[in-house]
Amino acid sequence: MVVGLCTARQARGMPDNPLPGRGSVRIIQHMMKNAVEIRDLHVVRGVHTVLERLDLTIGGGVTGLLGPSGCGKSTLMRCLVGVQQVRGGTVEIFGRPAGSRPLRDRVGYVTQAVSVYHDLTVAENLRFFARVLGTDREEVGRAIEAVDLQDYRNDVVGRLSGGQQSRASLAVALLDKPDLLVLDEPTVGLDPVLREDLWSLFHRLAADGVAVFVSSHVMDEAERCDRLLLMREGRIIADGTPAEIKARVGVDDVESAFLAIVREDAA
Amino acid sequence: MKLRITLAVAHRVLTQLRRDPRTVAMLLALPCLLISLLWWIYNDADPQLFDRIGPALLAIFPVIVMFLVTSVTTLRERSTGTLERLLAMPMGKLDFLVGYALAFGLVAAVQSVLAVAVSVGLLGLDVAGPLWLLTVVAVVDAVLGSALGLFVSAFARTEFQAVQFMPAIVIPQLLLCGLLVPRELLPDFLHAVSDVLPLSYAVDAMQHLTTSATTAEVWKDVAVVAGFAVAGLALGAATLRRRTP
Repeated sequence: MVVGLCTARQARGMPDNPLPGRGSVRIIQHMMKNAVEIRDLHVVRGVHTVLERLDLTIGGGVTGLLGPSGCGKSTLMRCLVGVQQVRGGTVEIFGRPAGSRPLRDRVGYVTQAVSVYHDLTVAENLRFFARVLGTDREEVGRAIEAVDLQDYRNDVVGRLSGGQQSRASLAVALLDKPDLLVLDEPTVGLDPVLREDLWSLFHRLAADGVAVFVSSHVMDEAERCDRLLLMREGRIIADGTPAEIKARVGVDDVESAFLAIVREDAA
Repeated sequence: MKLRITLAVAHRVLTQLRRDPRTVAMLLALPCLLISLLWWIYNDADPQLFDRIGPALLAIFPVIVMFLVTSVTTLRERSTGTLERLLAMPMGKLDFLVGYALAFGLVAAVQSVLAVAVSVGLLGLDVAGPLWLLTVVAVVDAVLGSALGLFVSAFARTEFQAVQFMPAIVIPQLLLCGLLVPRELLPDFLHAVSDVLPLSYAVDAMQHLTTSATTAEVWKDVAVVAGFAVAGLALGAATLRRRTP
């Protein structure tokens, strides 16, 4: 598989050579601009400051966002797709303000909840979202295969298992070949084999030129990211490849590294 | 607004309804059964009263039913995250709203054809005006119900709360629309209040239709109801925020 090869390139922050079939426009965009540029982002929800003066750029490859629940991961992801009210700062995706019209069919988004219609079948859900995106119907079959739900395509989503439901939700985000995928804990509740499959899928997409931004609170998944962001209380407290982050505190797994960095940060 | 997306929404809503035969059966059969019940109640005591109340009911059912259905379904879209996902896609707010209005308008058309058929065919309701116009009025009433339901769904946190908006928004209109007491006989103040409530015009339209063959008055009332529906949809659109706290 090409995964190993491309991750090494992307670990250095390089956009990977897209596989044949991707448009050359896309390559140029990736080389000229970061997928995501966040400056001075400030988000307040109720009385809590969720994100505080956040600066961050995200390029190609698979970027993982890790941190305890409630640290602001979902809020940051909502900012990227332009559905979060922000107090200040800017979020630009491919050089345009997040959520602006030209971006809406270029950014795939999976919320933490299973946001598909539970009373429709997998195929009906995908056909609906495909029509909204204006993409052709072959995309539907491709997305269903990508998440390995071919055998369940005519099953009503509400009767599927939790893992199958979240894969149906993920399939919607894969429609229409997005340039940026924003995935909020897409592997929650999945068995190890499936998680492995999905991570391979994320790397295949990244190799294909898609910038993949995944949040998780499962530390062993962190090892599979090209770049890792550790988040705590609305701030990024570590940023680098998994190897760099482990080396920084001199441990050999990401979980211990995270704990050490959190202690360092709190001190 | 894109026709492709609007039709996709309408098609999807109808597919969801098809998956729920119990709801469809209730939507279509309940108005017929309730009108029949009313006819039966008055049949011995005061048969003329049915001629006054029957048309009002034909206007009221689509409003109530579509109010409930729309407020609960759009609230569900808000709470499951599908609305957030759609608004992050190239979906206009009007695509969403008009798609819903189309789907439920179609259901209302079928519902009213059945209710009119039962009222006129079985129960002997006299209709002086054209029957097809009765269906047009019912569809506009249904869109009004959908628009109101959509608007209140923004203020409800749970489906339980959404259902509670029914007594708050619909029942006062029901009491004042001329169903219980003809509007001319209401105390002046209540009459003035009833003049600014959309259901009054919906009921007036139906009553004109059943008592007179001229349609000019009917179209005027329909225009008022449609105006309220458009205002409701616009307010509903204002409550659909792409960015939420």
